[in-house]
Amino acid sequence: MVNLNIDGEQISVDKNSTILDAANKLGITIPTLCHNPELTTFGGCRLCLVEVDGNPRPVASCATFVQDGMQVRSSTPYLERLRSTNIELLLSDHPNDCMLCERAGNCKLQELAYYYGIRENRFEGTRRIYNTQDNNPFVSREMEKCVMCGQCVRICEEIQGARAIDFSYKGLWTKVTPPFERDLDCEFCGQCVGVCPTGALTGKMWSNKGRQKFREVDTVCSYCGCGCNLTLAVKKNKIVRVYSRKNTINEGMLCAKGRFAYEFVHSPERLSRPLIRVNPKSNWVLEDSDQPYGSGKPRQRLAGFQDFKEVSWDEALEYIAFKIREIKENSGPDAIGGLSSARCTNEENYLFQKLIRAVIGTNNVDHCARY
Amino acid sequence: MDDKKAVVKVCAGTGSVSAGGGEVLRAFENLSRSSGIKTGFNNRCMTQKVGCRGFCSRDVLVDVILKGEKTTYEGIKPDMVPRIFEEHIIHGRPIREWMAGDEHKRFHSGQTKVVLSHCGEIDPEELDAYAAAGGYGSARKAYTLMNPEEIIEEIKRSNLRGRGGAGFPAGHKWEFARKTRSDKKYVVCNGNESDPGAFADRCIMEGDPHSIIEGMMICARAIGADKGYIYVRDSYALAVQRLRRALKQCYEQGLLGKNIFGSGQDLDIRLYPAPGAFISGEATALLKVIEGKRAMPVPRMHRTAEKGLWNRPTIVNNAETLANVPGIMSRGAEWFAGLGTETSGGTKVFSMTGKVNNTGLVEIPLGTTLREVIYDIGGGISNGRNFKAVQLGGPTGGCIPESFLDHQIDYESLALAGTIMGSGGMVVFDQHTCMVDTSKFFLEITQAESCGKCTPCRIGIRRMYEILDRITKGKGRLWDIELLEELGAHIRTTSLCGFGMTAPNPVLSTIRHFRDEYAVHIKDKKCPAMVCKDLLSFSCIPENCTGCGMCKMVCPADAVRGIRKKPHKIDQQLCIKCGSCFDACKFGAIHIQ
Ligand SMILES: Cc1cc2nc3c(=O)[nH]c(=O)nc-3n(C[C@H](O)[C@H](O)[C@H](O)COP(=O)(O)O)c2cc1C
Ligand code: SF4
Ligand code: SF4
Ligand code: SF4
Ligand code: SF4
Ligand code: SF4
Ligand code: SF4
Ligand code: FES
Ligand code: FES
Repeated sequence: MVNLNIDGEQISVDKNSTILDAANKLGITIPTLCHNPELTTFGGCRLCLVEVDGNPRPVASCATFVQDGMQVRSSTPYLERLRSTNIELLLSDHPNDCMLCERAGNCKLQELAYYYGIRENRFEGTRRIYNTQDNNPFVSREMEKCVMCGQCVRICEEIQGARAIDFSYKGLWTKVTPPFERDLDCEFCGQCVGVCPTGALTGKMWSNKGRQKFREVDTVCSYCGCGCNLTLAVKKNKIVRVYSRKNTINEGMLCAKGRFAYEFVHSPERLSRPLIRVNPKSNWVLEDSDQPYGSGKPRQRLAGFQDFKEVSWDEALEYIAFKIREIKENSGPDAIGGLSSARCTNEENYLFQKLIRAVIGTNNVDHCARY
Repeated sequence: MDDKKAVVKVCAGTGSVSAGGGEVLRAFENLSRSSGIKTGFNNRCMTQKVGCRGFCSRDVLVDVILKGEKTTYEGIKPDMVPRIFEEHIIHGRPIREWMAGDEHKRFHSGQTKVVLSHCGEIDPEELDAYAAAGGYGSARKAYTLMNPEEIIEEIKRSNLRGRGGAGFPAGHKWEFARKTRSDKKYVVCNGNESDPGAFADRCIMEGDPHSIIEGMMICARAIGADKGYIYVRDSYALAVQRLRRALKQCYEQGLLGKNIFGSGQDLDIRLYPAPGAFISGEATALLKVIEGKRAMPVPRMHRTAEKGLWNRPTIVNNAETLANVPGIMSRGAEWFAGLGTETSGGTKVFSMTGKVNNTGLVEIPLGTTLREVIYDIGGGISNGRNFKAVQLGGPTGGCIPESFLDHQIDYESLALAGTIMGSGGMVVFDQHTCMVDTSKFFLEITQAESCGKCTPCRIGIRRMYEILDRITKGKGRLWDIELLEELGAHIRTTSLCGFGMTAPNPVLSTIRHFRDEYAVHIKDKKCPAMVCKDLLSFSCIPENCTGCGMCKMVCPADAVRGIRKKPHKIDQQLCIKCGSCFDACKFGAIHIQ
């Protein structure tokens, strides 16, 4: 453990902590744009500068380890001046498009500009102008708004392992791009969108659907057994975007399905009650039914709602139990097989195979990721 | 040297190759071969290619050593070779009019050649030539007679400091790596040579590649590394080729590979040619490139000597630093330390360019004054003009005025004068240089070379450049000098790496020493040195004008009006300030203001 003093307060932290970690522990806020505790240290935004006694220059608190006896000042007029100049520089190369920007009200840059009261800019000059066209289905990329915090690049490489984007060009023209500036073509996990502090990366699906006054509904993703925690932003009883909070088991991270594949919720075709078939299946007409995998062409007639009857859960379960018992009695347990799903948890899958093996009495049980 | 023999040494650095050195060498070889058949002379005449001597402006340079007497010819073309061969080599009569003159003597006599001692003397492509000059003796000593602590002690006592710019004491750095426990350690030679005006590292890599390899071997022994990389920019094609050849020879002779000199220690050195961006010379960015990533510096939370390449202890040393090591080991730390000042031992190679008579590579002991370098070795300012300033340390260095000429060249004094040693770039300016325009020139380079990682450097340097640009265009604002000073200091204090910390230097140093010049640009909208085009106006003095019409003929913008034999007039709206009329007028009738 190492003892240090920040703004007159004494604290003892692990020797592998940074000054920023220690300050956070004390509840002292130091402005940052590029810091993310889940990712490797970047040190690019230069906002987290602090003064350390005995050091001629201010140091970046996110990139400096604590030392015994350190005397740190997190906010002085000099430091605030340096921070505000850096924000002024960032804004001198920014479209200042808050009125239409998806992130307004929830943007770190906007917040900092507000906090430091930067209206006039002494450094007006060349600004990056980019064509923002990117035909990928999910991620809207407006690189003019990028503050080069590098969080997207790092999360894509270090957490997602996809390495779909990186910095290209040099100087003011440095830009986060997919290879050869083609359209983004990646896993579309949207992790980059999740960490972007500005409006540079947003979800295409949620553009112009509202920025404030959401009802937040915490829930669990139904797509897989990981069971990530989701927060649904709901407006007029419609999900308008999905994200995850930092303090969840998935630490705010989601995959493509959890983050973007929510539109099914409002689909008119989504089943929300059990149905029992009333018309026999032989009515289905499949094209090329003699081919094992079909021709890929649509069925001529889909099973429609008129073939089913809506029932209660009790009725449905009773019906299933009745049918299984009937098959088991007529043809023996091995005539039955159970297929479960990776969308269930381990515990649910365990119970399922127990049901098939011990209750029904067959080993015909499998799962899309195999037992 | 057997004095019956004639030795012909032809320069074979990049400077010479582009001046036709290859053809000159071939001409000598062909002649000695063909005449050898006639006269049996062949076994007497040995032709050799040698590394750059640092005086490329006079290339192709040829040494003829006959009976132990060395004659240097300059500016040799292939068609001059037969005469040299006939008169000098066969009949022993040197050709006076082609011999290198006083400037050549003056250029070399003021220098102390330590790292460059082999350049221009031995064949850089032959290991035998290096070995004959005592090469690999120091490495053998280090591997067989000394233990690592003794080597580090020797380097520390020599006062060798890093030649890559920061001047960190090499021995201390090695000690950090030595003391860090690890399963793997690396030694990396930094041959990126970022500074576009410097060519010292290139000269060493081309002219004496084995000295770098030997330096790396000794470093590897000292810290316990078994893997090395030589990082070199791939635009240095000849350096890449010679280093590759040198490494191959070392492997063939068992100098690299397993169990070096029977010491039980292995060493594998790889060549790493890579695109040489400015920033890839920065040590942490360079290591990222070797790891397969983009050249972007990372915050130094640990020393690279303790956690560098793939988080293992790594020594990154500049090519010149490493090339100094074999000499220290063979001639002793005291000798080396004695060459320099109290705080930094040895010599430093500068790439002197600009408005001096003798441009080229100069190696001087640290502690020499700038005046000695510019006037004694450089032969003073060209065209008899006056000295104005000297820029040291490349595009991120600072400009020093005349009042600092008698200061010693060492890391501390240069820092006091507002500049850096950098990689040894030295550009001399005469009185016809505009300091605002010069800073703008350097910032135009740096604003484009910033890696883009951190805010102050990425945007700030660009903004400084834009402010300078408007000053040179007569659009400067009254507070621009103060704004430049504030922004410059801001970038210097808040940037992540050495690039941003030094990039404002050209501006800050010229404001410090030539503030008036900035003020005149802004307030009077005039460029005292007559350089900034937009602040000039061209007019015709009617008294001098004979109406010859030359100006009218050359003007690309049709801005000159007038009829023959009558004074002409320049239309200020149309004039694009190209200066052609001024050059064309024989009567001094064009006036620049
Ligand atoms: C922007 C920048 C560019 C640099 N370029 C070079 C270079 O081209 N060659 C070099 O040897 N060192 C360069 N350096 C210095 C290296 O970071 C490092 O300090 C040096 O290679 C260490 O070797 P030394 O101790 O032998 O000088 C550069 C540093 C910075 C900040
Ligand atoms: S990214 Fe932030 S600061 Fe920029 S326009 Fe959007 S809301 Fe405004
Ligand atoms: S969506 Fe995921 S994979 Fe694609 S760039 Fe962003 S982080 Fe990388
Ligand atoms: S796109 Fe967003 S996350 Fe990526 S570097 Fe720019 S500001 Fe940071
Ligand atoms: S589908 Fe994706 S978001 Fe949903 S639980 Fe699984 S990993 Fe998490
Ligand atoms: S100071 Fe410049 S070159 Fe260095 S990390 Fe920052 S942006 Fe890159
Ligand atoms: S400076 Fe050039 S453009 Fe102007 S008048 Fe002379 S020749 Fe014409
Ligand atoms: S948070 Fe430390 S530099 Fe960005
Ligand atoms: S190559 Fe001949 S002096 Fe440089």
